Amino acid sequence: MTGALVNPGVPLLQLQGVRKHFGAVEALKGVDFTVRAGLVTALVGDNGAGKSTLIKCIAGINTIDSGSMVWEGQLVTITDPSDGAALGIEVVYQDLALCDNLDVVQNMFLGREIRSGLRRLDEEMMEARTRETLASLSVTTINSVRQQVAELSGGQRQSVAVARAVMWNSRLVILDEPTAALGVAQTKQVLTLVRKLADQGISVVLISHNLSDVFAVADRIAVLRLGRMVADVDPDEVTSNEVVQLITTGSARSTDELEAPLRRGFA
Amino acid sequence: MINRSLSPEALGDTRADLPVERAGDWSVRALVGAYLGRLRGGEVGSMPVVVGLLALSVFFQSQNSHFLTAGNLTNLLVQGAGVAMIAMGVVFVLLIGELDLSVGYMSGVGGAVLARSVTGSHAHAWWIGIILALLAGAAMGLVQGLLVTFINLPSFVVTLAGLLAFNGVVLEAVNADGQISLRQSSQLVYISNGVLTPAEGWLLAIAVTIGYATLQVLRRMRRTRLGLTPRPLALMLWRIAIVASVAVTLILVTNADRGALRPIRGLPFVVVLVLLAMVVLSYIASRTAFGRHVYAVGGHAEAARRAGIKVQSVRVGVFMLSGVMAAIGGIVLASRLQVVVGTQGGGQILLYAIAAAVVGGTSLFGGHGRVVNAVLGGLVVAAIDNGMGLLELSAGSKSIYTGIVLIAAVTVDSLSRRGRVSSGRG
Repeated sequence: MTGALVNPGVPLLQLQGVRKHFGAVEALKGVDFTVRAGLVTALVGDNGAGKSTLIKCIAGINTIDSGSMVWEGQLVTITDPSDGAALGIEVVYQDLALCDNLDVVQNMFLGREIRSGLRRLDEEMMEARTRETLASLSVTTINSVRQQVAELSGGQRQSVAVARAVMWNSRLVILDEPTAALGVAQTKQVLTLVRKLADQGISVVLISHNLSDVFAVADRIAVLRLGRMVADVDPDEVTSNEVVQLITTGSARSTDELEAPLRRGFA
Repeated sequence: MINRSLSPEALGDTRADLPVERAGDWSVRALVGAYLGRLRGGEVGSMPVVVGLLALSVFFQSQNSHFLTAGNLTNLLVQGAGVAMIAMGVVFVLLIGELDLSVGYMSGVGGAVLARSVTGSHAHAWWIGIILALLAGAAMGLVQGLLVTFINLPSFVVTLAGLLAFNGVVLEAVNADGQISLRQSSQLVYISNGVLTPAEGWLLAIAVTIGYATLQVLRRMRRTRLGLTPRPLALMLWRIAIVASVAVTLILVTNADRGALRPIRGLPFVVVLVLLAMVVLSYIASRTAFGRHVYAVGGHAEAARRAGIKVQSVRVGVFMLSGVMAAIGGIVLASRLQVVVGTQGGGQILLYAIAAAVVGGTSLFGGHGRVVNAVLGGLVVAAIDNGMGLLELSAGSKSIYTGIVLIAAVTVDSLSRRGRVSSGRG
């Protein structure tokens, strides 16, 4: 858990002219993207816009072909997930990657268990730290941290996955469609958690198809379309319809305005 | 706008929509509720096997009053020891969702290596023979584990091939003489035939009870020190009481005179070995990172990989552990008969070992099961074998009834798995 004070709004990660292609397909065609410290940046875009490719490049699962990545003013290269983790970048994927047959504590520390003498796992310490982390994120819905994850609801599972991501001094948490499979109450639960992360100074990139979620929590909305960043706007200055326009056409102008020059061009 | 605050209308009060829950509720009522939840969620636990064991005891005792005598119960413990050892290794293989069909003949190879190394012109000391047998088990497990993990062959096929090949190894190792006797080594004969003195038995029971109680109290104190809600005192006292009563019962039964011509009394040494292996393997399974990773790989291998666990090493390690436990089982079985024969490790051993693990509540689908259940399952399998023998049933009907019990156990597992799927916990 990072307790460091941050100046909200200062760029934490800046991508410039990032390109990535898979064979003949160019998924990212020179993307500029800025993640600001302590803010929730929503990344929206239609299917195939390049959202997943972009976050995989940030996390180090994919390596960028060209372009630059600047982390806190320093030029960095991220070619491996461990590079991303070393900088404090954690990704919570849509499928969460939790083990159903393990309990909350065991999942939180999976692969990074705390040990004491005799190679013994320090269960009590891990349990105490799990409860600390959940409490600091105001996750109050988990009955017992010794419950198996199989017994948890979708929202609770998402909370566990997010809490696991922030427990390791992470600076930037990327959430891939965290509310896609959730009901109304659980969506609220997760969005509250997202807000809480930002309030603690952690930068959040939230990928979502649900614009009402985006408008509920995001400080910035970045719109990706066909491998290009077409807008980076303040949600207070745009309407939901305008964002839909950006996603589908790449322009916030109304259909009439957009089509007028086209008609002239064909005339 | 920075630090946009969420209006209650926008998000609502999430807590109001969910049942009021208290973090870390460890009251007895909450624990019973949690157990029922786990049961519905597909965690079978020890209850079915304990109930089954009691039912079998009542049934066999009603049919033949010799079943629950001290002599027969002690005999049953010794009979089941080899298979229980092998079954404890099988539990780990089942936990990662794989299968090991070669454990029977791996135990045979273990026995044959032991017998060959302590006899003949270059006879080694008994303990070197044991080390060589364990190394042979680890090597067989390593080869099979590498084939399963790195060439991606199905474990069913790899270990089926292992079953055939290791059967051949045993035949090649023993064939010349038809059988190899271990009688010249009193230490090797002692493993499955030695008994502790009644006084040693009592000392052991007292030491185990005090040790267990101390560990429980220490854990409780540490929980309190770290500000965690302590588990209910009643639960801790129950656990200590159960361990103490099992220990006392075991010593009372085994210390009773069971000799027909001359007095024989005392706890069989092999029972101590089985309990020791159970404690060590339970520790590995639940208190080490390796054990935790075994459960993770069986539960969700991809999640384990993303968490940074070396899934392939875990898989290979599990097959090696299975090989070592099979070799230990082979030593126990060889010591019991005091000879190693060409068919060593054959017969019902493989089937009984896998049946013991599954009857004990280890899921065939990976991720669920405990080492202690292999021992309880081994007791069930030994009880059926022994009880049917007392009823003077044929070998054929013994196999039929064992098969029925195995089907019943797998049905319990499968039904509980259906419970998991229907509650979205697949």
